[in-house]
Amino acid sequence: MNPSARHVVVIGNGMTGSRLADEVARRDPGGERVRLTVIGDENGPAYNRVLLPGVLAGIYTPEDIRLPFPDGPAVTLRTGTAATALDTARRRVTLDDGTALDYDECVLATGARAAFPPVDGVAAADGTPEPGVTALRDLADCRRVMALARPGAPVVVLGGGVLGLEAARALTARGVRVSLVESSPWIMRRQIDRPAADILADRYTALGVAVHSWRVASRWISGTGLELDDGRVLAGDALVVTAGVRGATDLARAAGLPVEHGVLVDDTLTTGDPRVHAIGDCAQHRGGGAGLVQPGWEQAAVLAGLLTGTAPEARYTGARPVTRLKAEGIDLTSLGDTEADDTAETVTIADPYGGRYAKLSVRDGRVAGAVLLGFPESASTIAQLYDGGDPVPADRLALLLGRAAPGAHTPDTGGDPVVCRCNAVPRSAIEAAWLDGARTRVDVAAATRATTGCGGCVRDVDTLLTGWSGTTPAPVG
Amino acid sequence: MTTTHCPYCALQCAMHLEPGADGRLAARPAPFPTNRGGLCRKGWTSADLLTAPDRLTTPLLRADRSAPLAPTDWDTALDHVAGRLAALRAEHGPDSVAVFGGGGLTNEKSYQLGKFARVALRTAQIDYNGRFCMSSAAAAGNRAFGLDRGLPFPLTDVAGAATVLLAGANPAETMPPLMGHLSAPRLVVVDPRRSATAAYALANGGLHLAPRPGTDTALALGLLHAARAQGLCDDAYIAERTTGFAAAWPGAAAWWPEQAEHTTGVPAALIREAARALADPGGAYILTGRGTEQHAKGTDTVSAWINLALALGLPGRRGSGYGCLTGQGNGQGGREHGQKADQLPGYRRIDDPAARAHVAGVWGVDPDDLPGPGRSAYELLDALGAPGGPRALLLFGSNPVVSAPDTGRVADRLAALDLLVVADFVPSETARRADVVLPVTQWAEEDGTMTGIEGRVLRRRAAAPPPPGVRTDLEVLHGLAVRLGQPADRFSADPGAVLAELGAASAGGPADYSGVTPERLDSGEELYWPAPAGGAPTPRLFLDAFAHPDGRARFAPVAHRPPAETTDPAYPLIATTGRIMGHYQSGAQTRRIGELAAAEPAAHVEVHPDTAARNGLGDGDWALVESRRGTTRARVRHRADARLDTVFLPFHYAGDQAANNLTNPALDPVSRMPEFKVSAVRLRPDRPQGGTA
Repeated sequence: MNPSARHVVVIGNGMTGSRLADEVARRDPGGERVRLTVIGDENGPAYNRVLLPGVLAGIYTPEDIRLPFPDGPAVTLRTGTAATALDTARRRVTLDDGTALDYDECVLATGARAAFPPVDGVAAADGTPEPGVTALRDLADCRRVMALARPGAPVVVLGGGVLGLEAARALTARGVRVSLVESSPWIMRRQIDRPAADILADRYTALGVAVHSWRVASRWISGTGLELDDGRVLAGDALVVTAGVRGATDLARAAGLPVEHGVLVDDTLTTGDPRVHAIGDCAQHRGGGAGLVQPGWEQAAVLAGLLTGTAPEARYTGARPVTRLKAEGIDLTSLGDTEADDTAETVTIADPYGGRYAKLSVRDGRVAGAVLLGFPESASTIAQLYDGGDPVPADRLALLLGRAAPGAHTPDTGGDPVVCRCNAVPRSAIEAAWLDGARTRVDVAAATRATTGCGGCVRDVDTLLTGWSGTTPAPVG
Repeated sequence: MTTTHCPYCALQCAMHLEPGADGRLAARPAPFPTNRGGLCRKGWTSADLLTAPDRLTTPLLRADRSAPLAPTDWDTALDHVAGRLAALRAEHGPDSVAVFGGGGLTNEKSYQLGKFARVALRTAQIDYNGRFCMSSAAAAGNRAFGLDRGLPFPLTDVAGAATVLLAGANPAETMPPLMGHLSAPRLVVVDPRRSATAAYALANGGLHLAPRPGTDTALALGLLHAARAQGLCDDAYIAERTTGFAAAWPGAAAWWPEQAEHTTGVPAALIREAARALADPGGAYILTGRGTEQHAKGTDTVSAWINLALALGLPGRRGSGYGCLTGQGNGQGGREHGQKADQLPGYRRIDDPAARAHVAGVWGVDPDDLPGPGRSAYELLDALGAPGGPRALLLFGSNPVVSAPDTGRVADRLAALDLLVVADFVPSETARRADVVLPVTQWAEEDGTMTGIEGRVLRRRAAAPPPPGVRTDLEVLHGLAVRLGQPADRFSADPGAVLAELGAASAGGPADYSGVTPERLDSGEELYWPAPAGGAPTPRLFLDAFAHPDGRARFAPVAHRPPAETTDPAYPLIATTGRIMGHYQSGAQTRRIGELAAAEPAAHVEVHPDTAARNGLGDGDWALVESRRGTTRARVRHRADARLDTVFLPFHYAGDQAANNLTNPALDPVSRMPEFKVSAVRLRPDRPQGGTA
């Protein structure tokens, strides 16, 4: 460790802040270039927020979703501590324990907070949720939901986006009776088109989730449930609010940095102050990307290259986000422009009976957008094509069906197929051996070598011998 | 009739050699547990090499670099080599002379080569081409189990498992008779290509996981994640037989299946299904091959596979386990007896004072006179003729201008040497660049031992006398040692005597061969090492304890990292390399066998038809494949089942068709394995020269 290494203070030990620490340590393992202090307001190590629905479902223990954190001499982690002020002129971060940290560079990785919609009875004026109401943003929320959502109990999930659908699936896995309310005309409105959403809703209904799309909640009645705008009341011991998030930008705003939905950053992830950076859900880049983990991790890698000077040329130019629903038994991927106009060619397969739907839009030979429900193989292929901006194969249908078109290379054998690939024995050679008296597989092997490689052609040779001899092949020891 | 084993791969199929109708020796399969009476084309045709038209039968020497190689006699050749070596050592010190060996050499030759370097030359500069083969798996195996034996169980055990995962291995193409052991288990094949093995798996109810090249670590971590998340881990085994799970798990926690899918392209659902298959109570094996190992992060990737195996409770139990499929004929024995830069016989470490004292005692030298660890293979090749680097190289059983990464660079380094001496039986591409070529025997002309894929020591038997003028490698080393002032009895040319000495030198080491004798081998005893004198051999390692002092296996905390070179607009495709059925390694042998050469006469490149078309190429066209390091010519072979972003080239061809003209010499920080399997490339048509457009 180098005592004169530059000091970088990272505010936030969530998915992006801890990732940045890991990326910095990987590039500068001895702390020769950068001394890092990471501030986390939650107690305990960084964990993988994306997997919280899995904790809810009982797939993971909280211990299981811990994230890697570097164990280097130049990294200091202070948990259970919140930053209360950022003074960009003095380059100082003030903490809630009364201490302060001076920095060479400061990184805001403060993430986002759950947004509570303005529904009566959901949250108090100061934003505190009312009894029975909880978000699903951190481990404490997760513990609250687990305490409230006993097996057999009714629970309402408010918000039919990705997190709401994952939470609903996880709750059904706990044996909870779930109602899901979405105010948009269809679920996952931002990620998928209506036909896909209809099929997805049917899949959820089949799992026992009552899906209420295009319904606005009017009131949470603690001890009873959620009242909808049509007067119906959905029974609920708990209300899990998954209705979006807001970037945690208070610190930046108070420091006078330019903030819109998030803290504005350029391609070097620098804010309005040249020594302050922002990454992850609290940042707002022209290329978008907030709300998903992959862009935040890509930002962490870019910023680590810049802060350590190992990649001064690194830039973040925007995300090509792929949304992947993590719900047991349901494979859903959506990416890009899922309602592309007619400047794109679009192939669609709808199979409501089979619960499957695929839509691929191609513009200029590249993937413009896709929705893939129940097509796991092609979904991963298309996501990789999209991610790399790579050309789409000419056979779009084959791509969607996850199957290579016929025409794979086979050597030209002039109508005489190769029976034993390992030894390149054509059918004609086996026939010649038979004509010379070879009647068993062993005779054929001795004469032609067929069957002596991987053994995959044993059945074929037996079949040929049976056909020519008009008998079953002689047994071999 | 003589019964011996095949000259090529580590499966070491047993074969009978006897004269055919034309009087020349011919091979046919013999029953043996590994090959079960099978043989591939290479084995069937192997005897043809004994009468190769350009077989070397006389030493060759060139007066200077501009002169051609000219025949000479043995005394002149050996006197010349010894004289030049002595002069270089006197002027520049012992490390000015380097030795490079091979994984095809017998145990006796490997041992003698290491001893020759340390005792007769006193150089630390010795390594071998096995560094390009098993080194990542060896390093990870040592890290996890405290011992590295490719398969720590007999191959026949595999047939009884419910599931076998093959990571980066394509035995249907490269070791066909091995497939006979895989007909009952459900196969999970991890390979970016729809290889013959992957196709076999799919046709028989198995799975094919096709990760983007260079992302295997993420896939293995994703499988561990999926195993844990589905409650499949063996917690009791983890608690009782391992250490380090808690520290290793966060590395996998970051790779939930959907995240692994994003990086690897393998569907999350397939990752979960594969994890379930591996947790089948009927037992499972995880086997790795070069596809997952030959990366600049190969050691960590193998550790990730071993972590998965440990989490599922597979190693050290009957009916399940982890293993590495060794490639070269004696890739196992060749890595145990001192050809490696950091190693002494018996798989001992050269920096261990006790090991040095023991081996020096057997050799009759002062332990302080033994050199320390030297450069690894690519670093050694890269230093040749450079300031501070070796000025002479003795090369046995290898053809690095075809098989090493970035062949252009390797050829330049060889050219910068003061003296290159190559012992071979055919004029390989490397031999043709030598100052002195020494003609040596080949497999059917010599006795010795090999250690096969299972760690079982096998007898190689001479079936025919060598052609007049040809000497064994042991005779060559003896002749040079004596000329370098060594006592005549210190470097025996008798394989039996060398085996006995090897046994003594390895006694008490991890790979203990002291109980291996020709008599026991001839009696058919199954001598899996460690086979100590007076003790039983060891078919299955780790059943009671792993080889670390606490008896436990160790999880290694590993993270995925991107390949050393990623694609970009200038080089938008990934090239990966491998072997095909009809050829072996650098092709120096198999390209000289008429039947094999006729079947696959020239390099090809497998390309998706769309990718080929975008680059102006049709099936059968000659293409130029270009990387930042060099260019390869190859004929396009359409593969509709190929990844669009990946092309494949076999590496058996030389000159402008050498796949290793492209490859990246970025090295693994632990094993020093080069990144053979991921190079960023582009494709273009190879227009005929002088034609009109």
